[in-house]
Amino acid sequence: MSESKIVLEAKGITKQFPGVLANDNVNFDLRKGEIHALLGENGAGKSTLMNLLYGLHNPDKGEISVGGKTATILSPKDSIALGIGMVHQHFMLIPVFTVAENVMLGDETVKNGSLDRATVAARITEISKQYGLDVDPNALVGPLPVGIQQRVEIVKTLYRNAEIVILDEPTAVLTPQEADDLFRIMRDLTARGVSIIFITHKLKEVLAIADRITVMRAGRVINTVIPSETDSAQLANMMVGRQVILTVDKKDHEAEEEILKVEGISVRDQRDLETVHNVSFTVRGGEVLGIAGVQGNGQTELSEALTGLRSPTTGKVTIDGKDLTGKSPRIITEAGLGHIPEDRQRHGLVLSYSVADNMALCDYYHAPFSSRGVIQPKALDENSRRLISAFDVRTPSPFVNAGKLSGGNQQKVIVARELSRNVKLVIANQPTRGLDVGSIEYIHGEIIKMRGRGVAVLLISAELDEIMALSDRIAVMYRGQIVAIVDAKKTTREQLGLWMAGAQVQAA
Amino acid sequence: MQSEKQSNSPIKKLLQSISDASLVPFLAILTAVVIGGIIIKLVGGDPFLAYKGLLQGAFGSKKALSETAVWATPYIFAGLAVALAFKGGLFNIGAEGQLAVGAVFSALIGYALPEWLGFDLPVYIHLPLAIFVGMLTGGIWAGIVGALKAYTGGHEVINTIMMNYIALNTTSFLLNGIMKDRSPTNVIARTPLIAESARMPEIFDGLRIHWGFVLALLVAFFIWWLLNKTTLGFEIRTVGLNPDAAQYAGINVKRTIILTMMLSGALAGLAGSIEVTGLNYRHELGFSIGYGYDAIAIALLGKSHPLGIVLAAFLFAAMRNGATRMQFLTQLPVDLISMIQALILLFVAADAIVRYIYRIKSKGERVVLTRGWGG
Ligand SMILES: Nc1ncnc2c1ncn2[C@@H]1O[C@H](COP(=O)(O)OP(=O)(O)OP(=O)(O)O)[C@@H](O)[C@H]1O
Ligand SMILES: [Mg+2]
Repeated sequence: MSESKIVLEAKGITKQFPGVLANDNVNFDLRKGEIHALLGENGAGKSTLMNLLYGLHNPDKGEISVGGKTATILSPKDSIALGIGMVHQHFMLIPVFTVAENVMLGDETVKNGSLDRATVAARITEISKQYGLDVDPNALVGPLPVGIQQRVEIVKTLYRNAEIVILDEPTAVLTPQEADDLFRIMRDLTARGVSIIFITHKLKEVLAIADRITVMRAGRVINTVIPSETDSAQLANMMVGRQVILTVDKKDHEAEEEILKVEGISVRDQRDLETVHNVSFTVRGGEVLGIAGVQGNGQTELSEALTGLRSPTTGKVTIDGKDLTGKSPRIITEAGLGHIPEDRQRHGLVLSYSVADNMALCDYYHAPFSSRGVIQPKALDENSRRLISAFDVRTPSPFVNAGKLSGGNQQKVIVARELSRNVKLVIANQPTRGLDVGSIEYIHGEIIKMRGRGVAVLLISAELDEIMALSDRIAVMYRGQIVAIVDAKKTTREQLGLWMAGAQVQAA
Repeated sequence: MQSEKQSNSPIKKLLQSISDASLVPFLAILTAVVIGGIIIKLVGGDPFLAYKGLLQGAFGSKKALSETAVWATPYIFAGLAVALAFKGGLFNIGAEGQLAVGAVFSALIGYALPEWLGFDLPVYIHLPLAIFVGMLTGGIWAGIVGALKAYTGGHEVINTIMMNYIALNTTSFLLNGIMKDRSPTNVIARTPLIAESARMPEIFDGLRIHWGFVLALLVAFFIWWLLNKTTLGFEIRTVGLNPDAAQYAGINVKRTIILTMMLSGALAGLAGSIEVTGLNYRHELGFSIGYGYDAIAIALLGKSHPLGIVLAAFLFAAMRNGATRMQFLTQLPVDLISMIQALILLFVAADAIVRYIYRIKSKGERVVLTRGWGG
């Protein structure tokens, strides 16, 4: 691989945002047909570097060359013309358009004055076949699962003849199955000469699939290594600049009285299909109950029903003895719930509010954040400064809009807010999605501390490792039902995997 | 990588944000004025004379200033009404109707209440009551649309337009019927004059500027305070920016939508009340025509910021008021003024054009079409 030629090179790239030097004299290159992974802690400047290559931002200093020639990339139009495609951390699809319409958007094929959908659909089918990217050109994008939406994004880049594809944290929202599919697709692409830049926080993935790995920290490139000469611990060390403990140190802890009690609830989703059937379980104070399961088996609707975002159709939910079935989020919150929602940008944050405002999003209306209906900016400010330093949120100041933070730091704003409130129960849905190893270590530590203080924790996570590391008991969810609840110490990854895939539980 | 040097003095920050926010509207106005000038030239007029007339008519004398303020008063109230709804994520096209409803009921209380009661009321009861009833009825009128939105999902744009038809036709019906001024010489659809006790005192002898103008400025400040400093304002803005996050945060989204519409309608109703109690001392069909629609333009131009709205209201008021003088000096039709106003709006609404002309880079965030996750 090392003798293949360099298709893209960035030299001395510097980018300053207000209060943040996001890229500091960065050098980076990509060879033909390789998968070059980009690692780095939250806010290290990975997305920024990619946005610069793609023309969404322009560098203050530095030079980019593509195919050996110096390139001027002022907008995505330029980068697309140079054969660069990007799949963003946020997808950029229009939900009410079909796959074909989304793919041709901005590059429409016109025949006799109207859109030539047939030709486009034919090309999409051709691309799908060629790279094993199974998509239906005539499907509406909105209802498609994220894994498929992501394929649409990839098809979109290939449709524009991209030879260089940038994938910004593509696996964070995928199920392990979907991630495996993506890796297969990535290998197919590189075998056909496409070069890929791949951003992720999952060290295992990097070691498994990358040809080279570049690590960034605080806007700088720390090093470029090859997988066979490194390991998770060393990568983590390079990213964070210190030793990271990748296992959770969890002391045995006597569970206390029941805090959350769920009795036979069923929930319907917005299409009015019942996605949670007759689910019952309890979580005690000082205990972590993990809910394992492949995404899309009812976890989202279950957590919405428990937190008041959706009403269950039948059943009963009690918190600390109070019947809270179908009550509003405010009432449930006041009964002692902290909730880390699954979709951080949809529920968890108001992106155009400051970090300080977001850190009081659920508590703005009472003391100390307000008094007699008037917001107290000083209290908001103090609270946010405390949380920013405790949770190591990388932001130039508490007044910056949350939308300006890097993805992982946005997540940290929510986690900090929810774990710092005075709660009896925490429902954490994908709490560490998109976080770097250092932050995961810290947040796992915080969850374990809360458990130690007698808080009940319901952890919903697509990461089996996370479930195994934190849980005292593990419930497996499959097709809307809890198919097993077991003691975490008495089960194995393999066993859980089988249940998650729908294997029947043996009467033990 | 982190730096704490960001937070400059609050005053500097305020100035910075004002100049950031007003740059595009300012350039839009400039561009419209230039294009307007070219058009005046093309139709054979003298643009400099025309604009001189406009300025004289708007600001050239005590009387001109007073008249500009008179025009600006309902614009400020109604502009605030539309802006408040905007902040709550609602598009209130119905200020026109809410304003008419407020004016009718204020007038009714103003002329009929003493008759009903059989005795005269002191001004400190009668006047506030007349204003309050105007706000209340305007608020209810808009609140109906809010409730339809919250409970049935009916879109407020369509429903406020419908409600405008109902309001304006009902007003016409009332002013031609049971509420019509019965004095023998009257042939116009208008109410009787309101009682002295329901009128605002004059500020200056001989000038029409009234206390309603001062009230408008105070209300603008109050709305700014309400939106930015109170928990209610936080709720309104959160629902406007991200209703899902608002629900998550425990805000009652339905209630907030209704309340926002009611407050918006109350402000529009206040615009109508003040015209009645401060200026005309009655309501007449046609007195308020167009304020509610101009208000949308003013809210847009003022970027929904109360200070911006006061400024935009002044601009519109000055143009309306100065137009007569301009016409007198140049014999150009007043419609030119409407055209320049329309151009300003066009450039504000399609700010991409202005940004393109003046090569301003958009500071806005990039458009995210489907909300994925992360950042
Ligand atoms: N548009 C912007 N305006 C201001 N600051 C920004 C902007 N975009 C990014 N930043 C800042 O630049 C820094 C780098 O952000 P970037 O998104 O590149 O991080 P990242 O490495 O992708 O992190 P993550 O793993 O959390 O996604 C962060 O401190 C962020 O706050
Ligand atoms: Mg990123």
